[in-house]
Amino acid sequence: MALELFNVGEPIADTKAPMDVPIEERWSTRRFRGRLVNPANRRKMTVIVVGTGLAGGSAAATLGEAGYKVKSFWYQDSPRRAHSVAAQGGINAAKNYRNDGDSVHRLFYDTVKGGDFRSRENNVHRLAEVSVNIIDQCVAQGVPFAREYGGLLDNRSFGGTQVSRTFYARGQTGQQLLYGAYQALERQIAAGNVEQHARTEMLDLIVVDGRARGIVARDLVTGEISTHFADAVVLATGGYGNVFYLSTNAKGSNATAIWRAHKRGAYMANPCYTQIHPTCIPVKGDYQSKLTLMSESLRNDGRVWVPKERGDDRDPRQIPEDERDYYLERIYPSFGNLVPRDIASRQAKNVCDEGRGVGPGGLGVYLDFAEAIERMGRPAVEAKYGNLFDMYAQITGEDPYSVPMRIYPAVHYTMGGLWVDYDLQSTIPGMFVIGEANFSDHGANRLGASALMQGLADGYFVLPATITEYLADAPFDRIDDTHPAAIEAMQGVQSQVQKLLNINGTRTPASFHRELGKIMWDLCGMERSEESLRKALDRIPELRQEFWTNVKVSGDWHSFNQTLEHAGRVADFIELAELMCIDALHRNESCGGHFRAESQTPEGEALRDDENYAYVAAWEWTPENEPPVLHREALEYEYVHLAQRSYK
Amino acid sequence: MFLVVTVTHAGRRSPKVAKTVSVFKKVVMAVSGIIMLLFLIAHMIGNLHVFQGAESFNDYSEWLRSFGEPALPPRTLLTVIEIVLVVSVVAHMWAAITLWRQAKRARPEAYVTKKPVAQTYASRTMRWGGLIIAGFIVYHILDLTFGAANPAGTDSTPYDRLVASFQNPIATTVYVVTLLLLGMHLRHGIWSATQTLGQSNRRRERTVNAGATGFAVLLIAGYLVVPAAVVLGLVD
Amino acid sequence: MTMTHGATRSGQTSEKRGMNLTLRIWRQKDPSVKGKMVTYKVTDISPDMSFLEMLDVLNEQLITNGEDPVAFDHDCREGICGMCGVMINGQAHGPQQTTTCQLHMRSFRNGDTIDIEPWRAAAFPVIKDLAVDRRAFDRIIQAGGYITAPTGTAPEAHSTPVPKKDSDAAFDAATCIGCGACVAACPNASSMLFTAAKVTHLGLLPQGQPERNDRVVNMVAQQDAEGFGGCTNIGECSAACPKGISMETISRLNHDLLGALRAGVRPKS
Ligand SMILES: Cc1cc2nc3c(=O)[nH]c(=O)nc-3n(C[C@H](O)[C@H](O)[C@H](O)COP(=O)(O)OP(=O)(O)OC[C@H]3O[C@@H](n4cnc5c(N)ncnc54)[C@H](O)[C@@H]3O)c2cc1C
Ligand code: HEM
Ligand code: HEM
Ligand code: SF4
Ligand code: F3S
Ligand code: FES
Repeated sequence: MALELFNVGEPIADTKAPMDVPIEERWSTRRFRGRLVNPANRRKMTVIVVGTGLAGGSAAATLGEAGYKVKSFWYQDSPRRAHSVAAQGGINAAKNYRNDGDSVHRLFYDTVKGGDFRSRENNVHRLAEVSVNIIDQCVAQGVPFAREYGGLLDNRSFGGTQVSRTFYARGQTGQQLLYGAYQALERQIAAGNVEQHARTEMLDLIVVDGRARGIVARDLVTGEISTHFADAVVLATGGYGNVFYLSTNAKGSNATAIWRAHKRGAYMANPCYTQIHPTCIPVKGDYQSKLTLMSESLRNDGRVWVPKERGDDRDPRQIPEDERDYYLERIYPSFGNLVPRDIASRQAKNVCDEGRGVGPGGLGVYLDFAEAIERMGRPAVEAKYGNLFDMYAQITGEDPYSVPMRIYPAVHYTMGGLWVDYDLQSTIPGMFVIGEANFSDHGANRLGASALMQGLADGYFVLPATITEYLADAPFDRIDDTHPAAIEAMQGVQSQVQKLLNINGTRTPASFHRELGKIMWDLCGMERSEESLRKALDRIPELRQEFWTNVKVSGDWHSFNQTLEHAGRVADFIELAELMCIDALHRNESCGGHFRAESQTPEGEALRDDENYAYVAAWEWTPENEPPVLHREALEYEYVHLAQRSYK
Repeated sequence: MFLVVTVTHAGRRSPKVAKTVSVFKKVVMAVSGIIMLLFLIAHMIGNLHVFQGAESFNDYSEWLRSFGEPALPPRTLLTVIEIVLVVSVVAHMWAAITLWRQAKRARPEAYVTKKPVAQTYASRTMRWGGLIIAGFIVYHILDLTFGAANPAGTDSTPYDRLVASFQNPIATTVYVVTLLLLGMHLRHGIWSATQTLGQSNRRRERTVNAGATGFAVLLIAGYLVVPAAVVLGLVD
Repeated sequence: MTMTHGATRSGQTSEKRGMNLTLRIWRQKDPSVKGKMVTYKVTDISPDMSFLEMLDVLNEQLITNGEDPVAFDHDCREGICGMCGVMINGQAHGPQQTTTCQLHMRSFRNGDTIDIEPWRAAAFPVIKDLAVDRRAFDRIIQAGGYITAPTGTAPEAHSTPVPKKDSDAAFDAATCIGCGACVAACPNASSMLFTAAKVTHLGLLPQGQPERNDRVVNMVAQQDAEGFGGCTNIGECSAACPKGISMETISRLNHDLLGALRAGVRPKS
């Protein structure tokens, strides 16, 4: 079928992980074999780090401390605002403080299985190994993790695991971890090791002789477009969930940095793997500008249900027990409300499709704490979930202590991203990708509390260790903005900006973004089928067409212009959306967050096709109207044996 | 021009001028304030001598001047008090007024609409109130210490001067108004001082505020009984 | 000019009766020009909208009419990034003690007039309209708002237990999101609450002790150097703080500062 949609190219493979030693020794062996950079030479080497989230912030701070000249970029006013700040639930680490049978190997095993066997064993094992150092590092920085009365760190069980390995700081774990990295970064800025570029957006990558050598960026305050050069470029620009318009991401979260790098030759891996989070606050009206997540930890004590009868619109408190369907507990007796996110989300969709959904438009299910309040008492519930309940009350105007909350799935995380090898280097030498922006560790589905772990693992420990191998050949010959490659990139950006301003059509960037989001949510969302995806692939090019002829951007480029910023991001989302649909269509199996209606078990569970799809799909960009090229990276499972996931 | 600020601020702007100034000033204010406070307590008690009649009041005032004689030269005690007070008032005003100017510089453009939420009337009147109190002190000394501004004139006993003043409605009003202002000033001042000296915390916050109010009320009442007594003719 | 919001464009919407509001918004093209209040009307605003969604509605109309949309900062829109923040009817973040993005229109009544202004402080220069530059806060952090813990040198996390009471109090102070409402609300435009929150967070933890004195001295010196006003314990800041940072933190800062100065610690410039 697919040939008119894409072409198949050479297979691709990771060559960096030392496969001659057992998996437990690969990371230490890699570190030992990799070349180092003599401290005296580091000063001569510049590294650009785009992004100051957990990944970028920790990387910039660590590289600066190591003695490299670091240039750090972000689009908000302060590094402390990166969207990592919004992470609520917690961060995993194989400390086994609870002595409940956890270990590096179990965290590795759970993550590979949770990723539905679509992630790379080597990367995941390294993640599990490094996880323990992260907690030590953060505690030393003064991150105020929750503690027990004895003064030791508290742990909770989180998102589909049966051990308690999740460290947390009330409902604001991401905020506290980010402030740790942020403070470390500010320290390096003060020390003069990191040059800061606040409110500056990366708009293109500069590639010279096949190496990533710099970026083109726009100062969002003055509008000035300028070039910045370095010996290596690190992208830590987060996820692209906003391609759906409504998501739990920040309004500014964007795909622009990774997409423009993709157009410069970096392969995009598994773009269709998106995570739909089961516990978000439902949509109210279509003025809705973003969706708010309620931490998954709520599923530890809250019970999810809908009325047994379709269209039962009684006050939930009036509905007697035997007329309620606690469907997760019914379908998955052993995991109950703690099944992985993709499953919880899809089941919510199913009951709503059956017409048993509650709230506006029947798009919601109950998350009920009545029983928990009975059992633990209100104070205990308040202590554990107080800030989440307040947030819910603030947004909905309802009191979750007395009325069950209404939740519905929403786009939350993107497992796909730029393809990287074991060294976190993309297919463009000298360009490294860390955090949510890469595809590396979560396969087709991310376990709760694993993204914070990955972001910090990449930034504090992995990248600083692997980048030396590349920098050992640096510094490379100096270039400046008279270099043809720089001029070409610069002009490309300027002309695109001009073009956006000149169209002067009738529709705002936001209205295009909203329409794109609706297409993606309806046709490439929780459940995808060949039919829906083909429909999407008809609509998206039309939308792109209209965008480039009818968008209206007010103001000029040489000033603070938020409409212009948004327009540029929407343009990239539209192109990315098309590739996501192609990827989703070509992957004719269900796995993790990617559910194809055509591929399910009789009970309606995701049905993988390991025969044909046990690979990473790495897409190469081709000039417009030419189909993208698919490069397959075969996935082998030496240590965790391929098995159909079952949470029954 | 601010654009320049936002763009060129690559590195950290290193502190100008003498450091941690603002808090240092607050300490000066707290300490000088407390000294003045102690004086006010003693002074209030001293004033109550009026109720023991002219004799005892004048004696008290005389005692202030002749304290320690002949071992010490005349007016020693009073002079000491005066010096300490002058220093305190000056230091206190210096701190208050420079902080005031710093605040003005810190917000060059005022809000079109501003709605105070937590601000008490007392905290809002600290500055003008303080200035008025300062003015009052000058008048007050001319009035009662030297009698220059007193109906009874310079060659009169303190007691006469005091009675004379309070038989004059204008003078009395001046006193009463200032005393009320002073009461508020102290109410916020005492709480503020405990914060500034780092002695407050969530548990104490209430107590300190209640204490400050109670204290201010008592002190001011103690002062007011004197004019009251004169006006009501209990003292003449 | 009048407008109705796009709810009808795609039909599906569960609006309660919409509100009509008059907005008086501070418009200032850039710092070099003088700003002024400009009046707009919005109609059919749902009580379920967030305050920023209401401004989105206004902006979409302005753009379609070829007018300059109102610039305002925002990002997470869930009350945690600290990017949003405007004066609403004279109160920082508006009538409720929350962030501007978490303020919902149900806090207003049909027919209300709402005044919207930027944070006003010399240390927070206006960029455009309602957007200001708060990087002075970052420079205060640079002056000492951290614990020096180079990557990879950390001891095992359980080697230093921390009494729950202290770590909870430290957490409460650490929830400051750096929004700047404290400065905006303070009659002296003082950044004391922001600085005190960080000094308290790090000062309560064993890991924060070695740098405790230098931290407080240098952070306070920096906030003066940035041109913030001095604190006279008025308390508007804490009342406006969306994270409820307490006045106690300021007392703590003063306490630590006096201790440090007595110990002979002086700011390094
Ligand atoms: C609401 C929410 C809750 C979550 N809860 C959890 C949880 O409990 N546990 C967990 O493990 N994970 C959680 N996650 C996922 C996790 O928070 C993210 O995956 C992770 O923080 C991503 O970090 P990052 O550093 O990769 O990117 P981000 O933190 O998103 O940082 C992106 C950075 O890149 C910069 N940037 C972006 N584009 C550009 C550009 N074009 N030019 C310049 N700079 C740019 C931004 O300024 C920012 O500094 C949650 C996510 C959300 C949205
Ligand atoms: C005898 C009279 C006075 C007494 C007893 C007094 C006492 C005090 C005290 C105890 C404080 C609290 C200090 C602190 O907050 O740390 C204070 C604050 C203040 N005083 Fe006075 N003061 C007096 C006169 C004045 C005068 C003459 C001024 C003139 C400007 C003044 C202006 C202020 C101001 C502005 C404050 C607020 C600063 C703050 O709250 O810290 N006061 N006063
Ligand atoms: C009803 C209120 C008051 C009365 C009846 C009163 C009475 C007097 C009298 C009689 C004297 C002269 C003492 C002498 O010369 O022997 C005096 C001096 C003085 N009073 Fe008051 N006083 C009052 C309130 C105040 C207040 C509110 C303040 C300060 C804010 C104040 C500050 C002083 C000072 C500084 C002196 C000068 C003391 C000296 O000469 O060293 N008084 N007062
Ligand atoms: S102290 Fe409160 S108001 Fe001030 S910046 Fe922090 S969160 Fe905002
Ligand atoms: S309002 Fe201002 S004066 Fe101090 S207590 Fe708060 S900073
Ligand atoms: S937009 Fe993040 S706090 Fe309001």
